[in-house]
Amino acid sequence: MTFTTFIQHCLTGISLGGAYALIAIGYTMVYGILLLINFAHADIFMMAGYFMIFAMSSLPWFISIPVVIIVTIALGLAVEGAAYRPLRMAPRMSIMISAIGMSYLLQNLAIYLFSALPRAYPTIEPLKQNFKIGEVSASLVTFLTPVLTIVLVVLLMQLIKRTKIGMAMRAVSRDYDTSKLMGIKINRVIRFTFIIGSALAAIGSILYFTDRMSVTPFSGLMPGLKCFVAAVLGGIGSIPGAVIGGFFIGISETFLIAFGYSTFSDAFTFLLLIVILVIRPTGLLGETITEKV
Amino acid sequence: MSLLEIRDLKVNYGGIEALKGIDFAVEEGEIVTLIGANGAGKSTTLKSISGLVKASGGEIWYDGEKISGIDPQKVVAKGISLVPEGRRVFPNLTVRENLRIGAYLSKDSSAVEADFEKVYALFPRLKERHWQSAGTLSGGEQQMLAVGRGLMARPKILMMDEPSLGLAPLLVKDIFRTIKEINETGVTILLIEQNANAALKIAHRGYVMVTGNITLSGSGSDLLNDASVREAYLGTSAG
Ligand SMILES: Nc1ncnc2c1ncn2[C@@H]1O[C@H](COP(=O)(O)OP(=O)(O)OP(=O)(O)O)[C@@H](O)[C@H]1O
Ligand SMILES: [Mg+2]
Repeated sequence: MTFTTFIQHCLTGISLGGAYALIAIGYTMVYGILLLINFAHADIFMMAGYFMIFAMSSLPWFISIPVVIIVTIALGLAVEGAAYRPLRMAPRMSIMISAIGMSYLLQNLAIYLFSALPRAYPTIEPLKQNFKIGEVSASLVTFLTPVLTIVLVVLLMQLIKRTKIGMAMRAVSRDYDTSKLMGIKINRVIRFTFIIGSALAAIGSILYFTDRMSVTPFSGLMPGLKCFVAAVLGGIGSIPGAVIGGFFIGISETFLIAFGYSTFSDAFTFLLLIVILVIRPTGLLGETITEKV
Repeated sequence: MSLLEIRDLKVNYGGIEALKGIDFAVEEGEIVTLIGANGAGKSTTLKSISGLVKASGGEIWYDGEKISGIDPQKVVAKGISLVPEGRRVFPNLTVRENLRIGAYLSKDSSAVEADFEKVYALFPRLKERHWQSAGTLSGGEQQMLAVGRGLMARPKILMMDEPSLGLAPLLVKDIFRTIKEINETGVTILLIEQNANAALKIAHRGYVMVTGNITLSGSGSDLLNDASVREAYLGTSAG
C-alpha cells in the first residue's frame, strides 16, 4: 500500500466514522435517558434516506436538507410517542420489545410504500465536488463529514453542559422522581433527546448515503448495528464515547476492506461487540451506574 | 383554614395498604413533625403530598385548593418542596448545578442569584465546594445540599424526610438548628424524623404514625412527655 492510498483510506474511514458517530449519538443519548436501546433508530436513519429522495425530486438541495431534518425529527417523535411513552412505567423488557417491533414496522412500511427495490439516492452537487490535495483526491463530503461531526458534537456537549435543558437531561438520566420534584417535565426532556438524536440521524443519513448509490428498506440495518456497537464500545450513555466508537469502527471497517477482508468486515464489528461485552462491558468512557428499577 | 390539610388519605401499593386514611393539618409558620417506626408510612405521606405517589382515597388541600392527584411538577410550582429520603442529590451535577436545578421553575435569574447567596450563607461548606460534583461530597455535605436544593424553589412548605439520617451527632445538631432558622424565615416545615427526641424539641406540633394510621397528636412538648411515645420512640420509659 502506497502512502497515497493509505491517506486515501484514512480519509474514507474518517468520513465513514463521522457518519457513524452521528448515528451512534442517537443510540447513546436515548439509552442515557430511557435505558432503552432504540432499535428503531436505524430505521429512522433509513427513512431519512427516502425523505431525501422525495425532497430532492422537487426541491433544491439547500431546502431539501432542512426539510429532511424536520421530517426525520417528526418521525422520531412519533416513534417515541407511539411506542415508548405509553410504556414509561412498564418493565424495561416491554419497551425493548416495543422498540424491536417499531424497527420492523418501519422496515415493512418502507417496503410497502417504496418497494424493496433500491432507489437511487440523489446527488447533492456541491457535496460531490472533487478536491485534490497532492496525490489524494476526494469529494467534498469526505472532508466535510468529520469536520461537521466534530462541530456538531462540540455544540451538543456545550448544550448539555451549559444550558438549562442540558442540565435537566443530565438530571433525568439519573433520577426520574427527584427530577420531577424539581419541577422538570420528564416527557419534555425525553422528547428533546429524541429531537436531537433524530436530527443527527438525518444529517448522518445525508452524509452516509451521498457516498453510496441507493437506499433500500434494509439500508438502516448494518449501519444501525455498527453504530450501536460504536456506542457500546465508547461506553453507552457517553457522547464522546459514541464519537470515538464511531470513528474507530468507520476506520477499521475501511482498512479491513482495503486489505481485502471485505467479507470479514461486518463480522469484525460483532466480534468487537462480544469482546467489549466480555472484557469491559462499560465501554471505553462508560461509567458503572446502578441499574434504575 | 390550614395551609396544608390532609383528609382521610389512603395509599395502596399493589394491595398493601400503606396509608389507611390519615387526617392531619399544618398551619402556616409551623414546624410539624411526623414520627413513627420504620414502615409506618411517613415517607409515603410526603410522597403523596408531592404527587409522586397517587392516593387511592382522600384529599389533600393546600392554600384553599385541592391538590391531590396533580403532578409533582405542579405541586412544587405551587410552593411545596420535598427534600427526599436518602438525599437524592444528582451525583453527576456539580453542587452549584444541584442548587440551580432546585430553582428549575424560576424565571427570575436575579432572584435565583439571591437564593444562591442565602443557601451559601446557611451552608458555607457548599459555597467552598460549589464546583465539586455532588457525588463526591460527604454524606453530611450531601444532606446540606439536598436541603439547600429544596430551599432554592422558594417553598412555602418545605417537607424533609429524615434530614439527620446518617449524620454525626454534631452535624445532627447543626441540621436541627438550621431547620429552626429556615422556619424563622417564614417557611412552614413538615419534618419526618427517626430522631424523635430532637424533632419534637423543635416542632410546634407532632403526629405519631403506626402502620398507616395516625394514633396520637399533640404539641411537641406534650408528645415528648407522653409515656407511650417515650417508650416507643425515645427509648426511655416514663417512670
Ligand atoms: N414502592 C413501594 N412498593 C410497595 N410497597 C411500598 C413501596 N413504598 C413503600 N412501601 C411499603 O409501604 C409501607 C410504608 O413505607 P414508607 O416508606 O412510607 O415508611 P416510612 O414510615 O417512611 O419508614 P422508614 O422510617 O423506614 O423510612 C412499608 O410497609 C413499605 O414496605
Ligand atoms: Mg421513610
